[in-house]
Amino acid sequence: MFGLLTAATAAGFPGSLPATLVFSVAPLARLGTLDLVVIALYFVMVLWIGFYLKGRSNTSEEFFMAGREMTAWIAGLSFVSANLGSLELMGWAGSAYQYGILATHWYWIGAIPAMLFLGMVMMPFYYVCKTHSVPGYLKLRYGEGARIVSAVSFAFMTVLMSGVNMFAMAEVMRVVLGWDLNFSIIVSSLAVAAYVALGGLRSAIFNEVLQFILIWGGALLVPILGLVETHGWTGFKARLAANIASGATPAGDYTHLWRSMGHFADNPMGIHWTGIVFGLGFAISCGYWTTDFLVVQRVLAANSLRSARLAPVIGSFFKMAVPFIVILPGLLGLVVLQNSDGSLMHLVGQNLATPGSGLHSYNEVLPLMMVRYLAPGLLGLGITALIAGFMSGMAGNVSAFSAVWTYDIYQPLIVKKARDEHYVSVGRWATIIGVIISIGTAYLVMNAQGIMDYVQALFSFFISPLLGVVLMGMFWKRATKAGGFWGLLIGTLTSIGLWAWVYINPAALRYVALSPDAKAMAENMYRALWSVIVSILVTFVVSLFGKARPLAELNGLVYGATVLPVEEPVPFYKNEWFWTVIAIVIFLALNIYFW
Amino acid sequence: MHSSSISIWFFIGVLLVVYGALITGYGVFELAAGLPAHHVVLANLHAPLWWGGLLETLGLFYAVRFRPGRARK
Repeated sequence: MFGLLTAATAAGFPGSLPATLVFSVAPLARLGTLDLVVIALYFVMVLWIGFYLKGRSNTSEEFFMAGREMTAWIAGLSFVSANLGSLELMGWAGSAYQYGILATHWYWIGAIPAMLFLGMVMMPFYYVCKTHSVPGYLKLRYGEGARIVSAVSFAFMTVLMSGVNMFAMAEVMRVVLGWDLNFSIIVSSLAVAAYVALGGLRSAIFNEVLQFILIWGGALLVPILGLVETHGWTGFKARLAANIASGATPAGDYTHLWRSMGHFADNPMGIHWTGIVFGLGFAISCGYWTTDFLVVQRVLAANSLRSARLAPVIGSFFKMAVPFIVILPGLLGLVVLQNSDGSLMHLVGQNLATPGSGLHSYNEVLPLMMVRYLAPGLLGLGITALIAGFMSGMAGNVSAFSAVWTYDIYQPLIVKKARDEHYVSVGRWATIIGVIISIGTAYLVMNAQGIMDYVQALFSFFISPLLGVVLMGMFWKRATKAGGFWGLLIGTLTSIGLWAWVYINPAALRYVALSPDAKAMAENMYRALWSVIVSILVTFVVSLFGKARPLAELNGLVYGATVLPVEEPVPFYKNEWFWTVIAIVIFLALNIYFW
Repeated sequence: MHSSSISIWFFIGVLLVVYGALITGYGVFELAAGLPAHHVVLANLHAPLWWGGLLETLGLFYAVRFRPGRARK
């Protein structure tokens, strides 16, 4: 969803790798008529859904919250799909080729605990207080100031990220298929604008579920055929070991998650396990999955509290499975990709894959694997999967932007009291204008690609401090309005300050990430961790000097002051706690198996 | 989410049915015509045939199971 083409953004997290995608110049794939028909049918379907749902988005509750009628399955799949952008798929596949299975951390520890925490612990408060957005929760808990700061920064960054996504996807289509940049930008953005403006969040969610199915249908065949070619996981490891022994593949531990995490210098990412567990697994992951409205909005649309809690749990199972279609193809590429003369293909860094070099970059591994295995029709389906991933991410951005703009900026600041139809109309126009701004951003980035690095960093400034403030507000009755405001502000300034410090003086990385051997990705994690800690501490200290709100005002907002509705008993297999335990067991088993 | 409306699963089913038919059809054509392997690896496994068939089966299941007008609890 964030959509930068770098590995570090893949799970939706701001990253720190070079953000500009550079591919080799000749198109990787040539589509036949059947492939084009498959792609065209996809566009027909998403527009059909948008037009069909137009009649069911007449009230603001219907347009912005999908009528709060989504089942746990629909909300859960949409929750994951909004995050599963195609650029992330390609970026992480490239990272898997480069760094091995370490990239899986962004899908497992960098997502699963946070998703389960959202469902089991935080969702009741979001859902019971009936907020329309995360900034809306801040307003209820901390007052208008925190809401406006959060809403404005979110709205601004959302359309900016949407534009960056759009440009990056157009660049991918140009390189993979030879399509014109303008064509890709205009066609995809028009389709997204049409179906979101027509059907609102319901249309975005429906299409995200469709896109999720297509992503799996289009991409799953690649690792299956790859494993057939390598004679399974064991055969893959044997071939990889042989390649490493012969020097054909750089030495390294490509198949274990934790063994090389003992020291920053022991792994190619330059990360220590504390950074992965506390920085990625807590500060970044929880910041994104529990406070970024783009994903939380999908769960808020659930038809009951139980569905809202179950949705992230359902999503967590699919999130755990995503490495099968992303990481595994990248790993398999290490041993199966060949040049035309039969020699092992070596993908290179983006700076080396220059036009005329004849080399392919890491980011091209997924399309290269598709071209390797997918026959006509199936290749069209694979490309449709990439397009679907892009559109689901973009639709997520614009639908969240539309809701936050209307509920948290337009309504409190511009037109406070108007008829419901007026706000629906504002939401539709906000969708269209959001897409137009995104297109403008896309062209801006096209002319100055260095902007992508700054946009990426900018987004990271707001996410982690917000987590600290939301957690304090949700779990500490004593937290005050001033505490929340200053916690958010100083936490954000801390993040900006640490980033600027390392930017001006790269040697400062040893202090921020606690080691001279740390690399850029580690900086991201520790910076996020410091900003969460600072925002929590500031909220705590400032609140101690203020007067807490009466307990009665905190009902529905704070743990210990909220009476949760009693839900009807259900069989164990429909109970959210049962599935949470299953998810935890699978999560632990996967980490132990690939330790 | 259901009531009298068309379920998203029906839309998904319809699209998968069409995709399945197109891809399986190509697979059958490729097999019958003995076409060259189109430069893809493991073409001898005839992936379009069975992957298309799988999409078709799933699509039919969802299209029928969630067809408009069918009573659901």
